[in-house]
Amino acid sequence: MDYALQQLLNALAFGAEYSLVALGLAVVFSIMGLVNFAHGEIIGVSAYSVFLAAALGLTSPIVAVLLAIAAAALAAIAFERVAFRPVRYAPTTTGLLTAFGVSIVVQNLFMLLISPKPQSVSILNGLNQMWFFGPFAVSSLQVMELIVSGLTILALVLFLNRSTLGLAIRAASRDFATVRLMGIRANRVIATAFAISGALAGIAAVFIIARRGSVSPDLGFGLVLKAFVACVIGGFGSLAGAAAGGMLLGFIEVGLLVALPQEYGGFKDALTYVIIVALLVYRPEGLLGQRVELGDKEI
Amino acid sequence: MLTVDNLIVRYGAVTAVRDLSLKVGRGELVALLGPNGAGKSSTINALTGLVTPASGRITLDGQDISRVRTEDRIRAGLTSTPEGRHIFANLTVGENLRLGAATRRDPKGVRQDIERFLALFPVLSERYGQAAGTLSGGEQQMLAISRSLMSRPKLLLLDEPSLGLAPKIVVQIFDFIGELKAEGLTLLVVEQNARQALRFADRVYVVSAGTLRHSGPPASLADEHGLFNLYIGG
Repeated sequence: MDYALQQLLNALAFGAEYSLVALGLAVVFSIMGLVNFAHGEIIGVSAYSVFLAAALGLTSPIVAVLLAIAAAALAAIAFERVAFRPVRYAPTTTGLLTAFGVSIVVQNLFMLLISPKPQSVSILNGLNQMWFFGPFAVSSLQVMELIVSGLTILALVLFLNRSTLGLAIRAASRDFATVRLMGIRANRVIATAFAISGALAGIAAVFIIARRGSVSPDLGFGLVLKAFVACVIGGFGSLAGAAAGGMLLGFIEVGLLVALPQEYGGFKDALTYVIIVALLVYRPEGLLGQRVELGDKEI
Repeated sequence: MLTVDNLIVRYGAVTAVRDLSLKVGRGELVALLGPNGAGKSSTINALTGLVTPASGRITLDGQDISRVRTEDRIRAGLTSTPEGRHIFANLTVGENLRLGAATRRDPKGVRQDIERFLALFPVLSERYGQAAGTLSGGEQQMLAISRSLMSRPKLLLLDEPSLGLAPKIVVQIFDFIGELKAEGLTLLVVEQNARQALRFADRVYVVSAGTLRHSGPPASLADEHGLFNLYIGG
């Protein structure tokens, strides 16, 4: 029982983290058609900001959390302003290459200015404790991951449904030109989407630092690949799909770890992708994506 | 109110609008007629700024807005209901109307305006919380025009409001356009359906192949040039 509960919590916590990062990708993709592979470096900027602040004498974990989120949101806005705005109307591949470029430049900046080696950050270690509920011992970090991700997604849903800018982001995901005809500034809609995307990355960064206790230049890159997969599973551009895809990916990974005998554990990733490929054969548009009618025009 | 001088719109090597000049006076309803592909929608898109003209000058209330961004033109009091309606299908009817008022800072007035359009088009009221994509074509057109009016424009550009609608609905839409004119709104209506557009028009421009062929009062169309039949048909 204890084991099953622990694995369930593992799956939920992994899933929640993937969902947060996948949502960040999906918010930007839905309105700009841009797969922002520099999203991992937004997580990186956030983590290194906490590292630097701690090195300069910051001791309050609460301030560190706020700093992580603020730094990520600002980094996302800065990436858009500096790198993505000039190529906004360029073909999709240009945006994709720009994102890879930003990713490489920022990772190298971390190596040059700080260090290629992992740096220890202990300021958020307090988040990672064991909590005891009767006979059950659970990781406080995992419980928090689950609750915080849930609340964050709820806040995002409220924002997208209640505020004018939120409505504009949803409308822009289908028809950006008409949103501009409403007198809503395109730059503002896009900057808001990037800020949201960054804030979500910042929250993910807090959990990563708390779990690993260190930062490294490639900190976010692997996670963004996973989030990309989550978006594909859920249907690219669909926000609900990104959240669901992230959760499903968490469950598939943990499920395989549990199901596979120890010596075959190394096949986890391979089998994960086999399952995803099988899923896409039956639903090429993803779980919640929209089927694009190609008709007989594009063969 | 609106003056367009020597407008030229090009898409690559194709010239969609050639040296077009037109005027819309305050309180007027001006019809811009012409067959499919005449450059009517390109003209409208150049007026809203969604398309950047190769050359030409657009002035609104004496201000040159040729280099002004779309968003700021809307804020200056010009708005358009695009061809094909372009309602936000994934948003509810109510959310569509709220986005139409995105530039306004008077929540009370916005609510009153929403009430007004819901009273005018009861079907929008019945479907207020539903996705706008579930509306019929005619209902979507009513929503699209209402949404444009939510910004309280001085000048409304209507691009093919009759497109794809049943004749009975078209009459209803143009009745509404007539009412808007009676209230003092300035309108530029682009149409292929000349008969309906001419019901309330003060003046008419006829374009074909991107060039202005004729301008004058509606009555001048049929008798003087036979243009009515030539370009527009029955």
